[in-house]
Amino acid sequence: MNFIDEFRDKNTILAFNELIKKELKAPINIMEICGGHTHSIMKYALPSILPKGINFVHGPGCPVCVMPRKRIDMAIKLAAMPNTIFCTLGDLLRVPGSKFSLLELRAKGCDVRALYSPLEVLKIAEQNQDKNIIFFAIGFETTTPMTALLLEKVINLGLENVFFHINHITVPAPIHAIMNDENVKIDAFLGPSHVSVITGWGIYEDIARLYKTPIAVSGFEPVDIMQSVLNIVRQKNEGKFEVFNQYQRAVSKEGNLKAQELVKCYFDECDFEFRGLGEIKKSGLRLKDEFARYNAELKFDCEVESKNESKACICGQILRGVAKPYDCKVFGKACTPKTPIGSCMVSGEGACAAYYKYSKVNE
Amino acid sequence: MKEISLAHGGGGEEMNELVSFIFKLFDNEILNQANDSALLENLGSNLAISTDNFTLSPLFLNEEVNIGKLCVCGSVNDVLMVGAKPLYLSLGLIIEEGLEFAKLEQILKSIKKECDKAGVKVVCGDTKVVPKGKGDLLYINTTCLGEVLCKKETKNIKEGLSLLLSGDIGRHGGAVLVQRNELEADIKSDCKSLTGEVLALLEAKIRVVCMRDATRGGLSAVLNEWARQSGFDILVYEEKIAIQDEVMGICELFGYEAYELANEGTFVLCVEKEDEQKALEILRKFNPNANIIGEVLKEKKARVILQNAFGAKRFLEAPKGELLPRIC
Repeated sequence: MNFIDEFRDKNTILAFNELIKKELKAPINIMEICGGHTHSIMKYALPSILPKGINFVHGPGCPVCVMPRKRIDMAIKLAAMPNTIFCTLGDLLRVPGSKFSLLELRAKGCDVRALYSPLEVLKIAEQNQDKNIIFFAIGFETTTPMTALLLEKVINLGLENVFFHINHITVPAPIHAIMNDENVKIDAFLGPSHVSVITGWGIYEDIARLYKTPIAVSGFEPVDIMQSVLNIVRQKNEGKFEVFNQYQRAVSKEGNLKAQELVKCYFDECDFEFRGLGEIKKSGLRLKDEFARYNAELKFDCEVESKNESKACICGQILRGVAKPYDCKVFGKACTPKTPIGSCMVSGEGACAAYYKYSKVNE
Repeated sequence: MKEISLAHGGGGEEMNELVSFIFKLFDNEILNQANDSALLENLGSNLAISTDNFTLSPLFLNEEVNIGKLCVCGSVNDVLMVGAKPLYLSLGLIIEEGLEFAKLEQILKSIKKECDKAGVKVVCGDTKVVPKGKGDLLYINTTCLGEVLCKKETKNIKEGLSLLLSGDIGRHGGAVLVQRNELEADIKSDCKSLTGEVLALLEAKIRVVCMRDATRGGLSAVLNEWARQSGFDILVYEEKIAIQDEVMGICELFGYEAYELANEGTFVLCVEKEDEQKALEILRKFNPNANIIGEVLKEKKARVILQNAFGAKRFLEAPKGELLPRIC
């Protein structure tokens, strides 16, 4: 398949691997910021061919994994309201709240829908004018412009029954938080290309310089990842710490200015509590005051009492890159994709789910 | 109290849980074999029986495939999978108030056409009509009865057997996704009865040990079920498994794995190693994408291992939960 096959090409992958093996001089801890990379790395079993010195460490870049339980409980409370259609993206539906998940709530009869595109909300709102449609917006810089576009369309169409619960977060802030943790030993980063399609690769220049860590903004295919790893190895060998734009096919330094403008128009920065990392300054986005009438947190009673996270679960350490899923006592035992304790085991992008699903095959 | 969720119908681990819940209550030696069809050996001749319920949204996937064709192929294929020739079909219709007669007629004509093709007669049936909003337009139940020609049972899986796949995978699931999401993609469901292929294999005396059509849960569910039932590890080669570009595209878009998408006219078979080439020749007459995809290993850890083109290995897990599109 064009644009896919060449990035999964056996000979190219093996050629990159040979170069990495030849040039690697010392072990490197590479944090893949995004859960999508964790899944690609495990799905294509790259650690099983790469030299042992390449140590991949999972980062905080799965929006579902870093959502604190309180936000999930808020979602469940909103979705359980009468006369409501609750819409959100993907596998947030599986994450356990204090009592149950959104999927279990749906089985009890509530109208909970997983969307592929936020714009599906428009059709749902038009077809159900007697109901409140709540869009639980989640994701990093990749998905935020779509939420902004949806809000713009809701306003332009004069839809009065659509409300937003905003849980958008940004990539650089948690990276700073991680690098300022003295327990963390990260030598380089893989940056998610889809985030940089929007933000540009320029957002990482400060991080690379400040922490002296090479960063490769990488695509998600195995050839992309292997090329990025080789670049990181070379930067380390040469004592460089730059941002390498591996995903030149879609990423520029400035990114998508139109999308950035759209986000600026509707959102302000705010502090946000990351699961496992605590509250991080200016790491989230909130609806600007002038759009308060669309804010589900103001329109509805969202207050919830949440149970603490399970003490057995070490998702927090995994998300900070100081532990691997195997280090967790409940991994693969009490905590499996079917009986998840932490959201890292639930999300399609979660580290524990990736390790559980694909790995240990060579042991 | 735990409730039934959509995941219990997805063809993955939750569905196995539901099936075990039912099996436990009706526990008997025939049911417990867990073949695609039950083998009834005490009724004079060897009979195989299989029943299936069908829902499809939308009811018509394209001009050729609708719930009618599906309900025949599904049951007929289950009977074929135990090495039996399908003969008789029962037809139960639960119709929702409001379904147009013209549509029902079109569906019934598809049933007739597919039955004629498979050499099967509809010999009994039932209809019920439920109020609007209670029935998703149409539910169909079919039960197929067939005569066992050469018994094939999954309990006979052992090390050293070759695994073959009769065609490319994921087209039925892909076609449903395209229709439901109003996408433009040229994906035609693989829905068809497998009578030709299976009877040709049996007539050629290929030593087929067992067969299974890869319906809900896809190839991944079949291989994992076989690994679990037999206890043996199964190794499959990614490069050998044909997937249409458009199906791969849909998977990329939604974040799914083609191995987990449903098929309705593609089956997996275990044959003696010496017969693999002969079996492949026969299968390729019906579908050029048929291939030898792997083997049953001697290790007994009940795992399915997928080896990719560049030699790396990973597990091919059984599907879990319901398929949800990825978040970004």
